[in-house]
Amino acid sequence: MAMPITHYLRTSKMPHIWCAGCGHGMVLGAVLRAIDSLGLDKDQVCVVSGIGCASRAPGYLDFNTLHTTHGRALAFATGIRMVKPGMKVIVLTGDGDAAAIGGNHLIHAARRNIGIATVCFNNSIYGMTSGQYSPMTPTGSYASTAPYGHIEEPFDLCELVYAAGASYVARGTAYHALLLSKLIAKAIATDGFSFVEAITQCPTYYGRRNRMRTAVDMLKWQKEHGVPVASAARMSPEEMVGKFRIGELGTRTRPEYTRRYAAIIEVAEKGEAERDA
Amino acid sequence: MLRKAGARLMQGNEACAEGAIAAGLRFFAGYPITPSTEIAEGLALLLPKVGGRFIQMEDEIASISAIIGASLAGAKSMTATSGPGFSLKQEGIGFAAYTEVPCVIVNVQRVGPSTGVPTAPAQGDVMQARWGTHGDHPIVVLCPSSVAETFTLIIEAFNISERWRIPVIFLMDEVVAHMREKVVVPDVNGIPVVERPRPQVSPDDYLPYAAGEDLVPAMADFGTGYRYHVTGLTHDQTGFPTTKRPEVDALARRLDGKMKKAAPHVTFVDELFADDAEVVVFAYGITGRAAAKAVRDARAQGLKAGLVKAKTLWPFPDEHVRRLAQRVRAIVVPEMNMGQMVREVERAAAGMAKVVGLSRVDADPITPDEILARLREV
Amino acid sequence: MRKEIRLSGTGGQGLILAGIILAEAAIHDGHEVIQTQSYGPEARGGASRAEVIISDEAIDYPKVGVPDVVLVMSQEACDRYAAQVKAGGVVVVDETNVKSVPEVQGARVVRLPITDIARHEAGRQVTANMVALGALVGIAELATPGATERAIRERVPRGTEELNLKAFGLGMERAREAFGAA
Repeated sequence: MAMPITHYLRTSKMPHIWCAGCGHGMVLGAVLRAIDSLGLDKDQVCVVSGIGCASRAPGYLDFNTLHTTHGRALAFATGIRMVKPGMKVIVLTGDGDAAAIGGNHLIHAARRNIGIATVCFNNSIYGMTSGQYSPMTPTGSYASTAPYGHIEEPFDLCELVYAAGASYVARGTAYHALLLSKLIAKAIATDGFSFVEAITQCPTYYGRRNRMRTAVDMLKWQKEHGVPVASAARMSPEEMVGKFRIGELGTRTRPEYTRRYAAIIEVAEKGEAERDA
Repeated sequence: MLRKAGARLMQGNEACAEGAIAAGLRFFAGYPITPSTEIAEGLALLLPKVGGRFIQMEDEIASISAIIGASLAGAKSMTATSGPGFSLKQEGIGFAAYTEVPCVIVNVQRVGPSTGVPTAPAQGDVMQARWGTHGDHPIVVLCPSSVAETFTLIIEAFNISERWRIPVIFLMDEVVAHMREKVVVPDVNGIPVVERPRPQVSPDDYLPYAAGEDLVPAMADFGTGYRYHVTGLTHDQTGFPTTKRPEVDALARRLDGKMKKAAPHVTFVDELFADDAEVVVFAYGITGRAAAKAVRDARAQGLKAGLVKAKTLWPFPDEHVRRLAQRVRAIVVPEMNMGQMVREVERAAAGMAKVVGLSRVDADPITPDEILARLREV
Repeated sequence: MRKEIRLSGTGGQGLILAGIILAEAAIHDGHEVIQTQSYGPEARGGASRAEVIISDEAIDYPKVGVPDVVLVMSQEACDRYAAQVKAGGVVVVDETNVKSVPEVQGARVVRLPITDIARHEAGRQVTANMVALGALVGIAELATPGATERAIRERVPRGTEELNLKAFGLGMERAREAFGAA
């Protein structure tokens, strides 16, 4: 174990497309350290993504990798997981990909509790199309499509996914990289649907428009606003205003979907064998 | 395995489901929609009996996405829908065509556009089946006209899709889907089943989008040691994105060339009295059945009529129609739309024979008498 | 030989099942067969129609044109379909549900209290479709009784075979009596 991170990278595909200061590389590093900590066989890992900056990540990774259509990564991953229940299927997605165009797939994958680990790179903005608001853009922020300030409320994605039925839900940040890696490792090891929201920075399209001109400004914001769950439990609602909890936000034990389906196959095959006998 | 070989009454949708399993289908994802739902219901029951897997997804787009994922993982995969769902699946169909992932998409046509008449037949999706997704792309469209043909043709659909790594649209209509007919189910062990070309080289030497003479690259299943990348972005032979002009051009031309290589192997046409006919009907799907009756009635009345029934709509049987046009006076093209294939027939006939359409769009199938009347006019 | 049969009535009367059983019986007899049906959004209560074509030759066009035999099990179905029967054909009317039969030219009309026979003699109203099937087989000779009985056994829910066969037998017997008198 403890392979160098390059063991998991297609270094020939570098340099990556992400901007200077982008947090996606930090989140991806946390994903790879998590995979390394679990000692997974690269042949038995499948990484699936949709469309957007975060969804370019699989191209740099030395696994079975699939870069799909916008929002549909979880649906493609569901097909893979159904056919190869022994594989570790990991979905890397962004906030627009997962919460807007792919929101339906997100809640249903969680409801089924299918064994897919999802890491949502939440940078609060559509980066690849240069800065439109997403379902995770905070109220009052500015975006290219919110030139007067954003009037919508964002989701609490972790609450949403947990309410839909996921076995494991956690939130981390690019700044809290070690914690993030541990949370992702637990997510991948979960028997059932797991979801990690990784708060990350887009200085190019979010920061510049919202008084955080540099990546450092944005990482400082993550440090100052992310509150570990244990501390948050001791804080009043007033003290938590504008802040967000980081750490494990929900765990439960529920039967995993493909194992439930395997039981159906057993019953159906047995019925068929008895009929033929 | 499933029900035994022999004669029995079968519904079109049932024949589609059972034929698919006989072809090796092991994963189905779908969403309920009339008039295709019996396919999903049948497969929910049957697939686990053969160790396969069924899932009802949250929507139509999820269904096409799931079958592409499942196919990449190595399972022969299918979804089934009708017009509104077919529209929703188009982006996924383009993804499968561009990434060359074998899969079968059943569209049981109903009256459209929009919600239309969900329980009534139409043939209005013929052009959408060819050009529904954006961009140039290879696609094969098969169209059965009976329950027995549904059983055998869906097997061809899988064989073509696997052999050529092209998505196949199986274009049924509400009448064929819902009617029950006597079908003599063949012995499953005697049915030829084709598998996708798999790599013959080691993972280190594997180029997932490099093709040989047939222009079809070898396809590795995920999880078998070939760790490669699949993307809907324009990609080079290694499977990774490219915007280099010669590589963008090369992919478009290889896919077009692959379709042309496949065409002679995937274009199926049936004929009835066509050899000495002076006027012929070009028909497909349920309309082909009315046309057969019309042609028999015409012959009984002394009119030298014939029938060309296309089982493959795309690639269009150009060569067949061209040769026919050289020797007949007129071609009648009855369709349950305002005239879609008639334009293709006109193009292929290139002025050598008169081409006359016959449209019926009132949600009832075209009758033999309507076709006979048109045959007598031309 | 080619016969076209239309079974019409109301959703929930089991007419589509009756059509399927008739078609399967004809296959057992060695014939070619097609069965179609009308579809509406409602499973219960709306108009329902099943059609069967039985032939010695391959059947090109699957839709019934002018039927040789028409079964009407509701007033609405009777008003719509009874008069469409072919000259020399037969209309079987469920007089439990149909109170007035329009004039039918050149065809025989056989009236039977099909639903009452099912309810009072077979013992269950839901077997009205089997009584009707018995009537059709009894008078129009669409399939042999033996093949029809086999098809019934193969299709009806397990445990209801005897009940359904009893209803079928009653329909056949009562129809033959009525046909003789008609």
